[in-house]
Order: sequence, then C-alpha cells, then structure tokens
Amino acid sequence: MKIAIASGKGGTGKTTVAVNFALALEDVQLFDCDVEEPNCHLFLGFDLEPVEEVACLVPEINPDLCTLCRECASFCKYNALAALPNKILSFPSLCHGCGGCSYICPAEAIEEKPRLIGMIEKASSKNSLTFYRGILNIGEVMATPVIRALQRHIDESRPVILDSPPGTACPVLTVMGYADYCVLVTESTPFGFHDFLLALEAARALKLPVGVVLNRDGVGDSRVEDFCRAKGIPILLRIPDERMIARLYSEGIPFIKEMPEWKEKFRNMLKTINTVICKSEGV
Amino acid sequence: MRKLAIISGKGGCGKTTITAAFSSLSENAVLADCDVDASDLPLILKPQVIESEDCLGLGLASIDPELCNGCGICLEMCRFGAVLENFTINPYSCEGCAVCTVVCPENAVSLIPRVSGQVFSSITRFGPMAHAKLGTGEEASGKLVNMVRKKAEELADEYSCKLILIDGPPGTGCPVVAAITGTDLVLVLSEPTVSGLHDLKRAIKLTSHFRIPTVACINKYDINEKKSLEIEAFCKKSGIPLLARLPYTDITTEAMMKEETIIEYSAHSGTSGAAEFANIVRKLWSEIETRLLETSQKELYSKTLKAWEP
Repeated sequence: MKIAIASGKGGTGKTTVAVNFALALEDVQLFDCDVEEPNCHLFLGFDLEPVEEVACLVPEINPDLCTLCRECASFCKYNALAALPNKILSFPSLCHGCGGCSYICPAEAIEEKPRLIGMIEKASSKNSLTFYRGILNIGEVMATPVIRALQRHIDESRPVILDSPPGTACPVLTVMGYADYCVLVTESTPFGFHDFLLALEAARALKLPVGVVLNRDGVGDSRVEDFCRAKGIPILLRIPDERMIARLYSEGIPFIKEMPEWKEKFRNMLKTINTVICKSEGV
Repeated sequence: MRKLAIISGKGGCGKTTITAAFSSLSENAVLADCDVDASDLPLILKPQVIESEDCLGLGLASIDPELCNGCGICLEMCRFGAVLENFTINPYSCEGCAVCTVVCPENAVSLIPRVSGQVFSSITRFGPMAHAKLGTGEEASGKLVNMVRKKAEELADEYSCKLILIDGPPGTGCPVVAAITGTDLVLVLSEPTVSGLHDLKRAIKLTSHFRIPTVACINKYDINEKKSLEIEAFCKKSGIPLLARLPYTDITTEAMMKEETIIEYSAHSGTSGAAEFANIVRKLWSEIETRLLETSQKELYSKTLKAWEP
C-alpha cells in the first residue's frame, strides 16, 4: 500500500501529516519526495547516510568526430544543444537525458556522460522507521529524475507514506503515479480551497481514491467541508488550529510525541484508507 | 524597468499575502503571478482578463496502432518510462523528447502538440497583471513562468510601468529558477520553524548561485522567537539584510477571507492590530523601494562610467 500525502498549496501541513502518520504506525516506510525542499528529516532527527547519487546522462561531443552536421541541435527539444559555425555548444542544465542526440548523430561523435543532479539518502537502520529521501542539488531544475530514482528503493511488501511536493505540476503527478491512495492536506481558506481543488483534479486524473486532512481546523470557514460532503470525499482527520501544535512544529518536534492521544487517530486514519483501497481493488 | 521577485523555498510563508499587499502599496507596477501551478494571487486581485494565449509545451508522443507492429523498440529506448506495454503513451510521463519517433522502424510514432497551460494579460484594481494556469501535471511550468514574465514586460511597456512584482512559486527547481532569473532584487520570506530556516538557506543558496541581490523578512516571527533569532543570525552571517519581522496574526486570514489585501483590510477593519501590521508592511515596502532605486542608480552609474571609457 502506497499513500501519497499531497496538497496544492504549500505550507498546509503535508510534512506534519506524513511524519506524524509514519510515527504512529508500525513497520511503515516514509519517503520524502519533496526533493526541492525535503523537510521530513528535520522532524525525525535521524542521521542520514548516502545511498546513491542521481545522475542525468548528458551529451559530450567529440570534436574530432563531429562533422558539424547540426542534426543533434535540431533534434534536441530542450534547446540543450546549439550549433555554432565552428562547434556544437551544449547546455547540460537544460538536458533531460533522453539520449536522442547520441542516437541520431551520424558520425557517432556523441557520448553520454553522467552529470550529478541530486542524491538519495536514508536513515541508518538502527531507527525503527525506514526513511528515505531525495534531494535536488541547488541550481538544478529537474526534480522528476530524483523522484524516479528515489521510488526504486520502496519495499513493496510494506506500507509506504510518500510526502509529495506542493503544486500540481510534473513532480507531483510523478509521486501520485506511484501511489494507490492520496491524502490531500488543506485548510479551509480561499487559498487552501482553491489549491485543494487543483490537487484533487490531479489525483482524479490518475484515478486515485482521495481523502482529506483538514489542518488548522477552525480557521476560515466551512467551504472545504461543504464541498467534501457534497462530493462524498471523506474527511479522514481534523488537526485543530492550536498554538501548541504550531509551536512543536516550529521546534521540529512531531506533535504525536508530546500528544500521544493522536496515535490512535492516525491509526484509525490508516484503517479508513485500508477499507477504501480494498474496496477499490475489489477484495 | 526594475524587477522584484518574492520567494520562500517553503510554501505557506506568506508570499502571496505580501505580494498582494505590495501591489496595493506600489504605484505604477505590473504584477506577475509566477506560481503557475497554484496561482492564488487572482483570488485577491480579481483580474479581468483582456487577453489569453495558449502555452504550447513539449509535444506528446502518439503511436498509430494501424502502423505499430509491436516490436518494442520505442518502449526500450524511452528513458522516461512513458511507453506502456500495450503501446500507448502515458501522457504524464512523456517529456516530448521525440526519441520514439526516430527509433520506430514503422514510422508509427509522431509528436502531437499539447497545450500545457494558458497565459493571461489582465487588469486589476491595482494595475496590470500577468498570470497563468498550468494544465494538470504538465511538464513545462518553467516555460509557462517565462511566458508570464514576458507578458508582464509587455504590459509594463504598454502601461509605462517602472516595476514588475513577481509572486514566485515554492521550491528551488525549474519554475523558481525561471521566476528569479534576471530580477534586480529577491525578497525571501521565512518563518521561524526548523523547515522555514532550512528552506531559507536553500533559497539563499539559489539566489547567490545566480548572483541576485537578496533581502529577507521573517513572517510570524513570534511563533518561536528563538528560531527567529537563529534566522537573524544566519542572515547576518550570510550578509543578507533582514528588512522586517512580521508578527503572527489572524488578520492575514481575515483579509484573505474578505478577498482583500491586508492594506485594504486594515483601512476599514478598525482594529489597532490590523493597522499596526499594515504599518510594518508599509515600512518593509519603502525599504524595498529604496533598494530597488539604489540598484538602478548603481547601474546608471556604471553605464555612465562605461560611456566614458576610451
């Protein structure tokens, strides 16, 4: 079972939900897939060890073999190769690593070389929770290859919680694509609701069953609840707008540690999700 | 023309709230909402769209089942896992590289154009605005951000505006890089939490990577004053001027519920808290204006010097 924790808007509590949820359960894995701003580790306090480096294959042009035919530059859809009168210029940071240029080059002048764009790390095995995260190097633009490399470390035999990036663009869809249930975290404000609808649209596009965690419950109005009731979307959990929770968050302490009564609530959330997944799989 | 971008790394630090407030304080500015996949500024500014344009993203592979002989070469060659076992394309994985179109021995694959979003030129009660809507799960968010920036520049020319105010997306990846490239000043918002500080550091690394002058501001500083001091110390050490500390207040949510900027809201709410908050934002804005002016004078100065060079 793979559960993605997502939200259109940033700062609505994805990481809070993902970390507390993972700590409330036994024998789960937590994967921080927000590779642009991975934050889960700040709340777990685990030491991280490197697992692998993520590379993108970029072209290297051998000037001795290159005939300046320009075919590579005109093929590249990402403008990562430019043909000058006397040489082909490459812009590795724009390259998506499709391999098209080296395939198409009639002179076999292009070799693909790995370029590091990020890293996969994990918590040392002495911790009770299996935790992996991906991190994109600063200045790099492509989050998706790091997410792709990260998910290869999922142990399919155990439940996994995927902390997703904000938004609805390609990195989010990539994470949702690995999941079989999506928890949308939102708050009932105009911004929260608007971005929730966008995230819902993304989850629907992938035909993922969804449930909602209402964070900062009590703030704003009832627009999220009214909508969910009308559409039959379950509200799995409500986290109240309490100063105590905000303070613990600011310190980097998962609130479940100080407020153990929440353990049961998160476990119940898993039960609800389980029932939905079983139903949708026709078990 | 000056360009200011407001970013934060972490989401939910108040980028849009602050950008909206600046829009009611600035005179003669164009707004550019570059958070194209969760565009919230329009919820407050209620833009009236004058013109919209489709953004054509990278193409989408399409396999003609009549011609496909099922050899599997495209599936093997696709680096993005976008060709499925039944020889259809997963549109959310396809990055439009066109490798499949050249490797197919039957010429059964072609790239079809796909609309990845729309860009709008609009008018708001505070002036012109450029914004966009990204299609769900689309790849080209950086490209769409570039289109918003270009539209904003066109609007600035048309309406003789001197400043472009950019509401940036969260993160450090493709759309953020597109939002800050070529700006004169970046304001990084932070909040006194472990993740707020962590993401501030990454955001500042990014702006220094691109050598863009950067200033910072702490929002909700009183949630955790110790963390706020840590942020202050970090800014000092990195030479980033910390321009303001905004308190935690319900006023920001109240203003949002009324679909007003905090400046508008404070003018009629009658509470001293709202007026006080608005005043801190006013001060922050005048600090930023001064800095934008300074950078433009420096530029002018260096241009004049260059003109004098033999």
